[in-house]
Amino acid sequence: MEKVAIIGVAQTKYMKNNPNSHDEMAFEVTNKALEDAGLTIENIDNSVTCTNDFWDGRTISCMTITDATGSSRVPTTNVEGDGTYGVLIGLMRILSGYHNITLVVAQSKGSIGVPSLITNAIFDPLYERMLGLDAVNSAALQARRYMTKYGITEEQCAKVSVKNHKNALNNPHAQLPLDITVEDVLHSRLLADPIKLLDTSPISDGACALILARESDAKKICKKPVWIRGVGHCSDTYHLGDRDLSDVSVLESAAKRAYDMAGIKDPKKEIHVAEVYDAFSYMELMWMEGLGFCERGGAGALIDSGFTEMGGPLPVNPSGGVLSAHPVLAAGLARIAEAVLQLRGEAGSRQVEGARVALAHGIEGACGQGHCVYVLER
Amino acid sequence: MTVELGDTGTRIHRSRIRLRYNWWLGKVMSRFYREIRDQSKIWGNKCPTCGLVYVPPKENCPKCFVRMNELVEVSDTGRLLTYTIVRYAVPFIQPQEPPFALGIIQLDGADTGITHILGEIDFGKIEVGMRLKAVFRDVREGNLLDIKYFKPL
Repeated sequence: MEKVAIIGVAQTKYMKNNPNSHDEMAFEVTNKALEDAGLTIENIDNSVTCTNDFWDGRTISCMTITDATGSSRVPTTNVEGDGTYGVLIGLMRILSGYHNITLVVAQSKGSIGVPSLITNAIFDPLYERMLGLDAVNSAALQARRYMTKYGITEEQCAKVSVKNHKNALNNPHAQLPLDITVEDVLHSRLLADPIKLLDTSPISDGACALILARESDAKKICKKPVWIRGVGHCSDTYHLGDRDLSDVSVLESAAKRAYDMAGIKDPKKEIHVAEVYDAFSYMELMWMEGLGFCERGGAGALIDSGFTEMGGPLPVNPSGGVLSAHPVLAAGLARIAEAVLQLRGEAGSRQVEGARVALAHGIEGACGQGHCVYVLER
Repeated sequence: MTVELGDTGTRIHRSRIRLRYNWWLGKVMSRFYREIRDQSKIWGNKCPTCGLVYVPPKENCPKCFVRMNELVEVSDTGRLLTYTIVRYAVPFIQPQEPPFALGIIQLDGADTGITHILGEIDFGKIEVGMRLKAVFRDVREGNLLDIKYFKPL
């Protein structure tokens, strides 16, 4: 396979009530990513945008983002979903041989709507939607199932929140840098048992952009290209009751595809830093298992051992993760952006020393129905 | 309504989108809700390939991708696979005032779970694996909420 590199990244600061509009955020990250790559908009040959009509409040939101991303005169398409899938389309475009330098932009402004109303609309209107299911209470059903099956404790989930909010103290883009304790998480407001406020992510306003190029272009343009060495994605069935919500086999499948492509045999040893989609604290534990960092049910012991802390053998979410900033759609792209900064050695006070291989992960749908996994290398 | 957002130099315009939809249930879900409404009976369907019984029924097996034509009546009793107690209010979408309990219940004779409300239940005594029974409404409309909730058996 021809090599494709990420040659530019940019993020807004993630926050609640960002005074900038959708267009202002998209314009900001598009320009900053171009600046990061040392390019101008004339160098962009095609683009992929990631928006969602419900979060955007406009139907055919794919067409609303065109102007602010400089995409009005180039081939552009849209992914209605997480930014990791947008990168997948960009990667395939370049590998097709028909496209060159590719811009990927994802954005959302959670502040404009009521997240529970929007996530309720994920569900089948003839069935689960009538029960008031939304992102938080469906996650609670998954958390309970997972914790019951493997004996994972609320304290172990809380440790994820403590770790990631602490990591966010070193990330200027994060929305919720917090110095908190396990007790703080356990005593935070109960939303839907066993999920408490500090087990959840804040729905953020924010945007993220990446620029991709084939090897021949990347080597000319970029001093520190980060190579996409492997990618894999896979989805589970739609209805919650048709799945075993504790089962991570689709993530295992996505990860295996990415690892096989990248030649990774032992992910726990060969990956130096990971950015995963921890929309809820328990999810980071489940995703550790699906990504093969431990056996199924083993993530509680993994977090207890400090394995995924900064300074541990495999730091997970040095950025603070999705728990510290959750710009829906852009959140997976932000995982890739952080992985790129880590591999370039530009992650400042949260730098994982010697990181040469990184993993980035995005999810789609309720309770991680779909997963997209990247292996990146400097 | 347009309001100033602090001293940021930007304004917020408040509005609402109103949309109406007529959802098509499909033959299988139409039958499922008709049986609940008229007979107080819960039906699933069985995959001819993997043999799993889906409740609620599906047009095709999500795993084997074959049409499922064999309807199977299942019990109105089953066991709780997972649950939560919803303690926050969201306007318009919730079936009742919080706090209320939701669970996924595997009915006897089914291989999958049905997501529903748990009622007549002490929140402190909910346990995974507990036995539950469907309670049907007296007046029914042909939708999921014709089952009022599942209560402890």
